[in-house]
Amino acid sequence: MNAPADIVAQIVTLLQPYNKGGVTLTAETDIPAELNIDSVDIMDFVMEVEDFYDIEIPLNVVSETRTIGDLALVVAKRRKA
Amino acid sequence: MVDLLDKHRGIAERHKRMMELGVNAVNLVNDRILSPTRGFIQGRETILAGTNNYMGITFDADCIAAGQKAMADFGTGTTGSRIANGSYAMHKELEAELARFLNRKHCIVFTTGYQANLGMLSGLAGPNDTIYLDADSHSSIYDGCTLSGAKLVRFRHNDATDLDKRLSRSEGEGGKLVVVEGIYSMLGDRAPLADFVAVKKKHGFQLLADEAHSFGVLGPHGRGLADEVGLEDDIDFVVGTFSKSVGAIGGFGAGNHPLFETLRYAMRPYMFTASSSPASIATSLAAVKKLAAEPERRARLAANSARLFNGFKALGLELGTDQVSPVVAVKCPDEPTTIMMWNALLQNGVYVNIALPPGTPNKLCLLRCSVSAAHSDAEIDQIIATFGRVVAGRGN
Repeated sequence: MNAPADIVAQIVTLLQPYNKGGVTLTAETDIPAELNIDSVDIMDFVMEVEDFYDIEIPLNVVSETRTIGDLALVVAKRRKA
Repeated sequence: MVDLLDKHRGIAERHKRMMELGVNAVNLVNDRILSPTRGFIQGRETILAGTNNYMGITFDADCIAAGQKAMADFGTGTTGSRIANGSYAMHKELEAELARFLNRKHCIVFTTGYQANLGMLSGLAGPNDTIYLDADSHSSIYDGCTLSGAKLVRFRHNDATDLDKRLSRSEGEGGKLVVVEGIYSMLGDRAPLADFVAVKKKHGFQLLADEAHSFGVLGPHGRGLADEVGLEDDIDFVVGTFSKSVGAIGGFGAGNHPLFETLRYAMRPYMFTASSSPASIATSLAAVKKLAAEPERRARLAANSARLFNGFKALGLELGTDQVSPVVAVKCPDEPTTIMMWNALLQNGVYVNIALPPGTPNKLCLLRCSVSAAHSDAEIDQIIATFGRVVAGRGN
């Protein structure tokens, strides 16, 4: 299943402040590996995604999510729930 | 073949950079400990201002005598877990004494403070439950939450409004546990407990307070933050440690729930590890009795904390919290400056903790002091003066 493009675009926007190395962000970007950000940054970033969409993304789900596309699918699923 | 240690090369490189600055801040060796506030480090007598020895009780003659007697009478170790051969009468006596001190019906003792959080959190919450934890929680809380298998939701530090918002989004049907700390170890700030209790009354959940840094320290009875602000009845479970104000090693969980004792048979970090050694239990028991009998230690700690806090403020240092606390954290501009300042403090006979990201909130670089009731006024003044010289020279 492809990640919804609008959610991917929004996540890219929310992720930019953490993208210190100027990596080109796409749905395939592996967030922890390619952005070289630590676990605290990832948790802080996910909080911002939760607040933007007014949804709950438990840390357990975050730990199983690697790419921007993975996270966009989680957002899409939880928005419907 | 993938080398399993390859993933740690970044850590090794960071450690190498620190060593190139001339320090091994995370592997410092105390050659001798002279008193609760003095030691020998790198061949130099040093004021200890980063040991969490809040009550200065580690060299108390009665505690030492109790430990020595217990070792002579019961041996060096228990060689078993609490549910096998490792429960001695003194473990039960310490649990009863702590329950009295805390004014709780039940108390369970653990081998370390870290295991107390692992045990309590994994015993209380399960895969169908949700734990809401403060973003700045200690690692033992994060690890305990992970061990529980519960759904984990993080809320912004000390922000009851943010917790309220996240509870409103809740999807789960299971139980809900909210975890806060009395005093946060890095910045020394307290949880706004009344705000969290208001959210509890709105949403309904069980509330656990980790009083690791506030047990023995805060409140008219020394029971922690909830005692200080008069909200103990709203706290369902208390966790604490013996490695700070009690001056030993171990931890506890306490509460009034009628099924509390059942946790003994549901907490793997309690069941599958050796129980505390006789000497450690005996010194803890003696120390808890002293916390109850000698409130002047708390008064002295409060006075010393205020003296250091006000002295640092007068130097113009930016601190972790605006409230007087036994944890006084000085914010530093960047990692190299922090390391150089830490090294300069040590060379000038003052030991404090160095705290760097990602182990700190908001990527802060900190020189973290912890105050002891045993510090003399002269020692506090020397810490302040040394900081003044080091800050003026920025590490020289």
